[in-house]
Amino acid sequence: MNKTQQHIDPILIPILEQVSDPEIPVLSIMDMGVVRSALIINGVVEVEITPTYSGCPAMDVIGDDIEKALKNASYDSRIDLILHPAWTTDWITPIGRKALEDYGIAAPLEADADKEVLLNGKRLIKCTNCRSQNTKLVSQFGSTACKALFKCEDCQEPFDYFKCL
Amino acid sequence: MKENLYNYILGIADNSLILGQRMGELCGHGPSLETDIACTNISLDLLGQVRSYFQYAAKIAGDDRTEDDIAMLRKERDYKNVLLVEQPNLNFAHTIGRQFLFDVYHLAFLAELQKSTDLTLSAIANKCIKEVSYHERFSSDWVKRLGDGTSESKEKIQEAINDLWTYTDELFHQTKADKAMVLESVGVDVTKLKNDYYKRVKDLLEEATLQIPDSKWFQKGGKEGIHTEHLGYLLTDLQYMQRTYPNMEW
Repeated sequence: MNKTQQHIDPILIPILEQVSDPEIPVLSIMDMGVVRSALIINGVVEVEITPTYSGCPAMDVIGDDIEKALKNASYDSRIDLILHPAWTTDWITPIGRKALEDYGIAAPLEADADKEVLLNGKRLIKCTNCRSQNTKLVSQFGSTACKALFKCEDCQEPFDYFKCL
Repeated sequence: MKENLYNYILGIADNSLILGQRMGELCGHGPSLETDIACTNISLDLLGQVRSYFQYAAKIAGDDRTEDDIAMLRKERDYKNVLLVEQPNLNFAHTIGRQFLFDVYHLAFLAELQKSTDLTLSAIANKCIKEVSYHERFSSDWVKRLGDGTSESKEKIQEAINDLWTYTDELFHQTKADKAMVLESVGVDVTKLKNDYYKRVKDLLEEATLQIPDSKWFQKGGKEGIHTEHLGYLLTDLQYMQRTYPNMEW
């Protein structure tokens, strides 16, 4: 099975869509791309999720929340954490990217553009407040493992950028 | 139990565990809010990586050992981390110097570990390398900023690099488990990383307008469990909760 594709039983999608990242509540785990497979096998739902960042404390909560959501829909479940292939920000869906932006977190750029920003200080990231591209990296590490801290030099607002992985 | 594989994994993981603990010490004590958060983020990444390694090691051990037992309940001599990572946070330059000298190694090591015939190890490496490339970017940027900064920052980072240099050679020593795992194409032959490591470090130090230490005498012992006096204090901090309240959980 090619794990870069998601293998999810369509019946389970509405249930899994109710579960969100506890640190970014607007983003469902489906749109974040952490659910790699969810299949009903002998009456039990087997779910494979992949961690975003190794140390992300949200992963344990996400596992528990999936179990709860499935329980509410009368399914027993087993959650497995898989490491391969490693999660990438490319798996965030267009809906997920929009949700991030609306929530005030700039969505990840393509990997090459991301490097230009973080390494060479190119101004490619749009301020989530005023949409200006006149933004500056303040710190490569932000409020959570997945974010970098930026500042808009036009409207002066600080904001988070979901960095490429 | 596959003893060589078990010890090999611990050798890798202990570096991240101990360095993660050191970086975690900066929580609330970083020189600025941004650097404080950066150091603790790095710590969190390292601890997360350690969990993957220790979960795998616990599986290999095959008894009732858990990842927490491995992390929290060993004696000092059983920790196989290199001496470099246990060195204390004397000042920010020391913290950055230590991180930099380890990150350059760590990145090169993980690039090779991705090729391991052990699929779990290669998957962990594949995951970790993305995070570690951010660490290396952070620490090498700061080496340049401090080195090419004020006369005081330059003096401090130079002193840190000079002090820590003596611990770099150990990164390329092989243990018994290393050798066995290299033979099975599971492990990384660290001796082959040495030349590129010193070249990369020297290039970056030059860019930071710093002197390359010329000392030829190096410390060793961590990989065999013979540590500097600093590790005991670190472990006291790391382990006291589990020692005082055995089996305690959050």
